Amino acid sequence: MSATDNRPVFLNLLRIRQPVMAVVSIFHRISGVLMILSLPGLVYLLNLSLSNQAGFAQVSGLLTSPVFKVLAVLLGWALAHHILAGIRFMLLDFDLAIERGAARKTAWLVHAGALGITLWFAGLVFGVWP
Amino acid sequence: MSWRASSGLRSWLMQRLTALYIVIFLAVFAFVWGGQSITFESWRAWVAHPAANIALLLFVFALLMHAWIGGRDVVIDYVKSASTRYVLLIVFALGLGIMGLWTLRILLLAGTG
Repeated sequence: MSATDNRPVFLNLLRIRQPVMAVVSIFHRISGVLMILSLPGLVYLLNLSLSNQAGFAQVSGLLTSPVFKVLAVLLGWALAHHILAGIRFMLLDFDLAIERGAARKTAWLVHAGALGITLWFAGLVFGVWP
Repeated sequence: MSWRASSGLRSWLMQRLTALYIVIFLAVFAFVWGGQSITFESWRAWVAHPAANIALLLFVFALLMHAWIGGRDVVIDYVKSASTRYVLLIVFALGLGIMGLWTLRILLLAGTG
């Protein structure tokens, strides 16, 4: 057994305090996977909404149910976070806001912006504001 | 650079080009439909319009490419076993392919019918 085998392995991600930039990165993945998983449902709804009057009415009806509203808000968060983080990654590609201080700030902006958009969207979906 | 050696760069570029198209499409879509009361007739007529129909087809293609590249990276990063990874990627690719063909059928039917 070589000496390197005795190195402590401490990769429990839940016990490592992640920098905010790493959280943006992992949320980008989680939101992406969430949206991929929602694709079959979304295509189904698209099909139903375009098939005939009754199908369209059925989709409208589904979208008024609380369960679908919650799912819509969750997907809204995923889309908002994914797009904002994506814009941030593209800026980083061009070396913009690449320094640690600036990168940390834009990472917080992504989280805050996504939350803000989600709150606005939730208010829209649940009819808090018109 | 050979075709194979450039595959990472191609994916990287494709991911960004598709992202741009997706965001622009969603922005236009939100501009067109935001605040509008939507009926079956207006929705169907919009989808049947050649410009919207083609933009939608491109959107579906961009979305599926984007999902494939991103999802593939996630699978490759977290699934260590080569055989599991292989099976997962095949199922994923087939799933996206079915989504693509299904949506193609929906859009073409709405565009012609």
